[in-house]
Amino acid sequence: MEKFETLTGIAAPLPLINVDTDMIIPKQFLKTIKRSGLGVNLFDEMRYADDGSEIPEFVLNRPQYREAQILVAGDNFGCGSSREHAPWALLDFGIRCVIAPSYADIFYNNCFKNGILPIVLPQEQVDVLMKDAEKGANARMTIDLDAQTVTSSDGEVFSFDVDPFRKHCLMNGLDDIGLTMEKSASIDAFEAKAQSERPWV
Amino acid sequence: MTARTLYDKIWDAHLAHEAEDGTCLLYIDRHLVHEVTSPQAFEGLRMTGRTVRAPDKTIAVPDHNVPTTWDREKGIDNEESRIQVEALDKNAKDFGIHYYPVNDIRQGIVHIVGPEQGWTLPGMTVVCGDSHTATHGAFGALAHGIGTSEVEHVLATQTLIQKKSKNMRVEITGQLRPGVTAKDITLSVIGKTGTAGGTGYVIEYCGEAIRSLSMEGRMTVCNMAIEGGARAGLIAPDETTFEYVQGRPHAPKGAQWEAALAWWKTLHSDDDAQWDKVVTIRGEDIAPVVTWGTSPEDVLPITDVVPDPASFEGGKVEAAKRSLDYMGLTPGTKLADVEIDTVFIGSCTNGRIEDLRAAAEIVKGKKIKDGLRAMVVPGSGLVRLQAEEEGLADIFKDAGFEWRLAGCSMCLAMNPDQLSPGERCAATSNRNFEGRQGRGGRTHLMSPAMAAAAAVTGRLTDVREMM
Ligand code: SF4
Repeated sequence: MEKFETLTGIAAPLPLINVDTDMIIPKQFLKTIKRSGLGVNLFDEMRYADDGSEIPEFVLNRPQYREAQILVAGDNFGCGSSREHAPWALLDFGIRCVIAPSYADIFYNNCFKNGILPIVLPQEQVDVLMKDAEKGANARMTIDLDAQTVTSSDGEVFSFDVDPFRKHCLMNGLDDIGLTMEKSASIDAFEAKAQSERPWV
Repeated sequence: MTARTLYDKIWDAHLAHEAEDGTCLLYIDRHLVHEVTSPQAFEGLRMTGRTVRAPDKTIAVPDHNVPTTWDREKGIDNEESRIQVEALDKNAKDFGIHYYPVNDIRQGIVHIVGPEQGWTLPGMTVVCGDSHTATHGAFGALAHGIGTSEVEHVLATQTLIQKKSKNMRVEITGQLRPGVTAKDITLSVIGKTGTAGGTGYVIEYCGEAIRSLSMEGRMTVCNMAIEGGARAGLIAPDETTFEYVQGRPHAPKGAQWEAALAWWKTLHSDDDAQWDKVVTIRGEDIAPVVTWGTSPEDVLPITDVVPDPASFEGGKVEAAKRSLDYMGLTPGTKLADVEIDTVFIGSCTNGRIEDLRAAAEIVKGKKIKDGLRAMVVPGSGLVRLQAEEEGLADIFKDAGFEWRLAGCSMCLAMNPDQLSPGERCAATSNRNFEGRQGRGGRTHLMSPAMAAAAAVTGRLTDVREMM
């Protein structure tokens, strides 16, 4: 998992509430054998017309937001199905951080497993950042995970909360596997002992 | 030392690390892999530059997507299925893990191949990205299903982050009556405890009726532990187990066999071990059963009638109504009067040689009912070969069954073997969920002998009438 320390990037405004994981990545894309490659189908039904052409008005199709790394959204983001394909698709598109007043629980957890930082801020502050994001490509926001701050393009600073353990994992790029690998000395020792006690395994 | 259960003993022998907050790392002895739940896990390894920590303990076989028709050498028509199988081919090769490709005679359902090849041994920890990994508990191995993220975790670290489950003992006393099989035991247990009855527990099955079962029968019992909600099912190893294991390709040999045997013989629950829950069923009370609804707990003896939803309590009233509606059944109808369209004999629950023998014994010299579709899908290529050598294949073919190549097939209908809407099937598999065997398909679960009897009469049938 990629480390998350600081991020300065373009923020795309998505002023919708209850954005569900079906909207983020529709079910016909779950048959894939990959976690990667889902970015092209991120928000598929909002992003493409029936004939496959892009819908120019959709935020991620607008020239200034094609390189967005931050998404500013409404309440209850990521509700619905538990599909881990949703954070996979966001990540594959290039989104490393979502800012919203609240999230669905499973999606929130899945984000951390995949190196995405979901930031919770009060509605009024999200409103300020939403306006900031609407300024387009010149409006770069900065996320500092260590300091737990979001800085708008105008230099306005907002502080956010994050669970210390999750912060630790994200800042060090540690997924479950990474954490377990920190204990590889224990695993090595166990393996050696098991090998002598049960050599037939 | 304090008294321990079999589960406690296997757990203790595999605890690689315990954190202060009680989170444990359990070492995994065998990791079985199939094509559907593994591609993203291997992809994850590639993206992070990680390797498979113990390729020698990792065994892969494609089973869910593979065609079971005799022309399967020509490849898989469905593109997405084909790509999943090709991905497994490549991953097995790239990461150097043991592999049984589609056209290898040893290929089959992962839970049949593992024991058959001697990969599954008593006292091991066995995992697979598949809930029916519980099957391997029949050997006294702690075996359970895991998700794709955990598949990747095991590939990379050979461990699993775990919290310990509680201990539950299910005792089947005495002997089974004629016509009653391991499938009837396991379905009856779920009928009694419900699909959530085992949630939070590891079940150990014991008692005289369990001891009397062959390894095939024990695998059938443990296979469905997951349908009862349990994390895993276990049966303590004994002479029956050792006899089955000895001589298998990957079983220990010589001095190692002796050493293994000495340890395996200590693998049983101590007499004064503590149980968090105990269920006892008299073997004599178990009848040949069938399911009538869309949950594996919807079990009744074949001599019974379709139940009235009003006879249930709480949320089950609505669930039963919905089930009967889906199944197209009317309360009060004799189960033995329910006509069927299709018979499916196979799956990791009942696709082993003994299952085929039991079914063949019923259909021998008879014909399946006119117009019925019936298929036998052996659980592995080796089961198929053995059945052909024993003449079972001919018995089935003469009776009008299709004789297929090994795979999961109509158990979950991911390949072309599917039910049509409304089609009613007597199946030896493990899940009767809505749409499980194909959209709108209606599944009645039962033993291989019962399914064979149904094939002959064209309706759900009490096998005892044909014995
Ligand atoms: S036979 Fe059925 S239950 Fe068993 S592994 Fe295959 S799909 Fe799963």
